[in-house]
Parts: sequence; C-alpha cells; structure tokens
Amino acid sequence: MQVACIVAFFGAWQIGSSSGYLDPLIVPSLSAIAVAFAALLHGGALWSDAGVTLYELAIAFALAAGAALSAGFVISRSALAVRVFDPLLAGLYAVPTILLFPSYLLFFGIGPPSKIALGATMAFFPIVLATIAGFAHVAPLRLRAARSMGASELQLFWYVLLPEAFPIVLAGLRMGLVLGFLAILGGETLTSNAGLGHQIVTAAESLDPPKMFAYIVVAVGLAVALNAVTSYVEQRARNTTA
Amino acid sequence: MGGISVRGVTQAFGASDDARRVTALEDATLEIPAGELMCLIGPSGCGKSSLLDIIAGLAKPVAGSVTIDGEPVRAPLPKRVSFVFQENALFPWLTVEENVLAALAFQGVPKAERRARAGEAIAAVGLDAFRTYHPRQLSGGMKQRAQLARAFSLQTEILLMDEPFAALDEQTRLLLGEDLSVLLARTHKTIVFVTHSLVEAVFLADRVAVFTARPGRVKTVLTVDEPHPRTQAFMTSAKLAGLRNELYELLYDEVRKTMETGAVA
Repeated sequence: MQVACIVAFFGAWQIGSSSGYLDPLIVPSLSAIAVAFAALLHGGALWSDAGVTLYELAIAFALAAGAALSAGFVISRSALAVRVFDPLLAGLYAVPTILLFPSYLLFFGIGPPSKIALGATMAFFPIVLATIAGFAHVAPLRLRAARSMGASELQLFWYVLLPEAFPIVLAGLRMGLVLGFLAILGGETLTSNAGLGHQIVTAAESLDPPKMFAYIVVAVGLAVALNAVTSYVEQRARNTTA
Repeated sequence: MGGISVRGVTQAFGASDDARRVTALEDATLEIPAGELMCLIGPSGCGKSSLLDIIAGLAKPVAGSVTIDGEPVRAPLPKRVSFVFQENALFPWLTVEENVLAALAFQGVPKAERRARAGEAIAAVGLDAFRTYHPRQLSGGMKQRAQLARAFSLQTEILLMDEPFAALDEQTRLLLGEDLSVLLARTHKTIVFVTHSLVEAVFLADRVAVFTARPGRVKTVLTVDEPHPRTQAFMTSAKLAGLRNELYELLYDEVRKTMETGAVA
C-alpha cells in the first residue's frame, strides 16, 4: 500500500513534467534529476561536500552527547536538581535554536565550526532530557533489592541504573542525531562555504534545479539512513529490556 | 544463629514538624528466635514492610533498635540477610542464571564459586530447565521461584519475604506455599514473612504477629503448633480453619479502622 502511494506520487510527477504542466525551473522532471544525480555520483564534489556535512554532524553529536549525558546523569542523582533543571531545560528546548545562528556566525565564522555549534546546541536538549528521564525514574524496588544484596555504588550503576535507563537515553540520542543533522543542513543553506546545504543553495542560485534536487535527494537519503540505523539499534535495545 | 530482636521500634516518614508526618510503626516489639518462621500480618500501611527494611539495615528507625544475635543492625547486612520481594525485583535484561550470579557478585562471593552456588540454588527451586530464560518468558510463579533461588544462593541465616506471592492467583499461591514449606523445612533459616493472606500466614508460620492499624504496634502473637513441612492435609484441616478464624477476628477491627480513616499503605 505504501509502495503504491510512492509510485503514484512519482508517476504523477513525471507526467506533470513531461506534459509541460510543471515549470522545469521550479520542479524539474524526474529524468533530469536522475541525470544530475548520476553526474554527482561520478564527479568527485559530492563526496567532499557530503563529507563536510557528516564531519560537522559527528563532531556536533559527540560534543552534545558528551555534555548532555554527563549533565543529565548528574542532575538525575538529586530529586531537587531534577525539579529545578528539568522544566528549565524543557523550556529552553522550545526556543528556536536557529536564533543563535547569527551569534555563532560572528563567533565562529562561516566555516564548519558555526554549523557544528548549531548542531550541538540542537542535539543537546533531547539527549539531556532523555538522560534525566531515564536515570531519575529507575524502579525503586530493583534498587532496594540490589542494595539489600550488598551492591556497591558502581555495581548499582552498572547492573541497575544503566540497563534501565538505556532505552530511554537511546531514544534521546536518536532524536539528538536527527535534529542535529537537520540543524546543520539548515545552517549550511543559510550561510556556509561547504557541505550539502551549501551545494543545495548554490545550485538554486545558479538556476540549476536538477542539481539542487539531486543534492536534496542525497540529504534526504542520509537522514533516512541515520533514522533507520538508530531506530534499529533502539528496537534491539528495547527487546532485551522488560 | 540468626535470632532477631525488635525492641520499641518507631518509624515515621516526613519531618517532625510536618503535619502530614506519617508514623508507620510505634513502639513495635518482637522477638524472633533463630530458625523460626514468623509471619507479619496487618492492615495496609501498618509498617510491616518498613519493619523488614529496618531489620535488613536498609532503613533507620526513628526510635528503638533491632539486634541480630545481640549485635545492633546499623547498615545493610548482605551476608546475613536476604530478601524476596514482589514480582518485579528480578532484572529483566538478565536470565534467571545471570540474575542469581549478579546477586552473588553483589554479596562479594569469589567468582570461581558463583556458578556452582547459582546452579545449586536454581535446581533446589526446580527451575534448572529455565536457567537461560528471561523473566518475561516465565510465569508469575516461576519468577518468584527465581527470586527464591536468588535469595537462597546467598546462603544467609535470615530470609525476609515481603508479600512474595501477592501478585499471584490464589491457587498458584497455595501450591507455591506448600512447595515453600518443603524447601524451608530443609533449612534452618530464620524467616520473616509479610503477607495479607490469612490462610498463607497460618499455613506457613510457626508464629503469626498481628499488627494494629497505623501507627502499627504488635497487637498479639498467635502460635501455630504444627510440624514442618506443612502438608495438604493441614491446609484442609479444621485446625487451620480455626486458627484462620481467630486471625480474622483479631484483624477485623484493625482493617475496618484503616478503611475508615482512609489510610493508605
């Protein structure tokens, strides 16, 4: 059923283009996009730009995850801290991160670092909130059981807290990864000198819609792949917990 | 070894100037000689679980003391006290065997001995065929047997059981009670067993301590004079029925009182 919908959508698109109904400057035909896509694959430029975007994502995610996991865990240890910080962070999360971009540009310049900063900021919030949620609400009965058997603090963390919090934290990491990716792409389309977003905007400005759409296909493909991989990992983790 | 002495224990939750301060136990005094199976029964909220935590060293009472063989309890005693809780106290991401091995690791048993002790305990409760299963693959009764195996493997002189069969249906409960009696007859552990079930208390215990409504105090202690292991014949005997009725009369007013004041466990 889903396949049928997708096929119908693309079929209608191709018909629209061939019949001249769709303005090729705004919506190029599928065949033109396919040609441009093939050209991208054969040329060398795609890999270096995709590489830049992925590099930015990797650094941003590492920074965000590192900070969020530690901060989240520390906050989760105290009920008072949770009451204070959880709503605060949730509120900040609602603020559009893109508003910080001009500041980041001023501070870091138009190269990758400003995109990394944007992506890291975006990714930080879902991860920290999930970490707090995961660790602060561990089933007290299991903690009581482990304590009664003489578990040390380290054993409590490794045997009780971590496995229990893991699926929730993983969900947060997945959100962080995807949102970070979107933020980076967005930042690249606004102001950058390299990366997939940059190429999308450049192609649009040089009135080369097939190339632009081809780059969009690559970006979408990456997003889908990221989401699929992390969903799979999450599903596996959920299967080994109650 | 493993005689427990509870003297004047008072337990309360909430600050002393807080109007909502709840006194769960007040001046509770009880002697449990080594090797005895003592049941604690009483209305919800009368502090039975709190008393178990205090005996195990997991909580400190506001007043009074607990001693084990004369030594005061000040901190958890994993080598002397083990616990069986209600259903979800097993780690769901570990198999039955891994759960028992984890408990042995917590207690500090040397790695070389763990596997053997775990195997023995699991076999003793009849779960040998299910060692590699995860808790979600087991029935309620089997999960509780797994918990029992975990507690047994720790080879402590005292075993505390906090409504272990509460989540099971009545029939499974009664049969598991019989199995438990057989198992316990082979050990010399001191056992403190909290339950809400009148029949269960009479069937399993040497003595039954009846608690009042909150603040919980020991109202009376019934003696069940019947050799171990307890049998199906005892379950259907007039003697058990008579004792059960006696318990019901003792508890009736306390439970009524709890229901009327809206006190919640």
